[in-house]
Amino acid sequence: MSAASIRAEVEDFLFLEADLLDNWKLKEWEALLADDATYQIPANDDPEGDFRSSLFIIADDRERIHQRIIRALDPNCHAEHPKSRLSRIIGNVRIASAEGDLVTATANFIVNRYRRYERTFEYVGHCRYVLKRDGASFKIKERRMTLKSHELGSLGSVSFIL
Amino acid sequence: MGANGSYVIDDREKGIFLLDRSVHVDNDILKREMTTIFAKCWIYVGHGSELKKPGDFHTRNVAGRPIIFARDAKGEVRCLFNTCRHRGAIVCADRSGNSRRFMCVYHGWIYNTDGTLARVPGEDAYTEAFDKTTLGLKGPAKFDNYKDFWFLNLDPGAPSLRDYLGKTTEYIDLVVDQSPSGKMEILPGTQEYDVAANWKLMVENSVDDYHLPSTHSTWLNFMKNSGVKVEPPKEPGLVLPTKGYAVDLGNGHFTTDNVNFRGRPVAAWIPLYGEAAKPEMDAIRAELVQRLGPDRATRVCDTNRNLVIFPNLVINDGSSVTVRAFYPDGVGKMHVTAWALGPIEESETARARRLDAFLTFYGPGGFATPDDVEALEMVQKGLANWQDDRWTEMSRGMGREGGEQLNSDEFHLRLFWRKWDAMMGEHA
Repeated sequence: MSAASIRAEVEDFLFLEADLLDNWKLKEWEALLADDATYQIPANDDPEGDFRSSLFIIADDRERIHQRIIRALDPNCHAEHPKSRLSRIIGNVRIASAEGDLVTATANFIVNRYRRYERTFEYVGHCRYVLKRDGASFKIKERRMTLKSHELGSLGSVSFIL
Repeated sequence: MGANGSYVIDDREKGIFLLDRSVHVDNDILKREMTTIFAKCWIYVGHGSELKKPGDFHTRNVAGRPIIFARDAKGEVRCLFNTCRHRGAIVCADRSGNSRRFMCVYHGWIYNTDGTLARVPGEDAYTEAFDKTTLGLKGPAKFDNYKDFWFLNLDPGAPSLRDYLGKTTEYIDLVVDQSPSGKMEILPGTQEYDVAANWKLMVENSVDDYHLPSTHSTWLNFMKNSGVKVEPPKEPGLVLPTKGYAVDLGNGHFTTDNVNFRGRPVAAWIPLYGEAAKPEMDAIRAELVQRLGPDRATRVCDTNRNLVIFPNLVINDGSSVTVRAFYPDGVGKMHVTAWALGPIEESETARARRLDAFLTFYGPGGFATPDDVEALEMVQKGLANWQDDRWTEMSRGMGREGGEQLNSDEFHLRLFWRKWDAMMGEHA
């Protein structure tokens, strides 16, 4: 398969994922995850860090992601009640490697978050995905979102799925 | 403001404590806090472990002051004002790193890591009165440490750090005792985030266990899903799964001291850590019992303590250990910096468990902190009515004052406010 066609497939997948996350369809999003999926956001000042030795903002294994979804959808998740409105743009998608049934892809993201009718936040960064082929689509094995800002600062919390 | 220029109404006879809400919204009060609180108290700068080698440095804003926290060429820990003696530019723009010198990019004045002025370009243009030895980088009036926790004080007349910390050292020691060698370190990865709320609301929130069932029901639910018992005992007045106390440590410092229910990396196992963690955690506990005796090992392992060192340092020893400092950035906003702390000799697996446990509760992506942030921001929004709804109610548990003080009472919050009010009154 050509590099361009793999990229097109991955782009389609990432755009689907973005749509689910923007619309809080987290159970549908969960169906995109492999059984060993991880979701990581390293600290802004240690973007290359390993979550086993560096304090991250988020370092979820599969079960923790499941618990995070339960929490995020609970009306008592005060940080997300009422739900933030989200709109994300995924761009600059590149295939870093494609071997066997595994594809590693990188992309840039801009996630706009609108909160309580008045505050807006712009989460900008770089992401890295390890995807496993699953029939005509993929499952997410690793999803690492790295924020570009020097600190989280005025972005406050990451209480939604970035 | 209440009677006698005070911001609190402290009626111990009736058992009513009220706080004037202007303290969170009035810009003039913030200005006075900078001179009467932050310029008088010992303020946390950093931990010595962040400076491993000579030349290592971090630049920070501490109490509104840009400083360089550095280990000089001889290995001494320094706190220097990040301000060139020539025209006042910062001399180090990097957030952290290792350097032999700090050079001002404006005119090229160069300072050693101990702050002394090393070189001035075109020095022959000055008269003999120009004395380089008096032109080193300045620093705070006092700078000292307790067990490698470094604090500055801008007041030359301040008491010693040891006198200031007073009884808090007993609680710092309980944290440091996790380490067999007595050496703790700050781990890589810093969480820095703003909260759109007055900084003092974070002091209250850090020790206020009354809010746990309502603010953190999703965290309690997560704990329950992970196999932890979270139902409160059937004892009147208790709102939490276990009993806990609020303890006055003098000088405006205080702590909660709670029987653990939530799991602790050192060393109280919960199912969340996995079966494979049991043998190592048993060994960690056995080492503590051997080194400290069974009673103190129980204190270290089976109690959670959220310690406030007045005015703005919190050490939470709970789901993990976090060191957290916060500063006002305007009256309705604060900047929070949070670090993870662990024993230097910790194994890779224990370290990973500590970091994972940290994220179950704490931080901007944790299962609890974002809701704390939300609650504080909601307070700040609500306080916009302060002129017509003036007083915050903070009397919980006041009938028991002098007796047993629960962590879910507001006794310790009142300790903070009494100290704060006295200082603001003293220097009015």
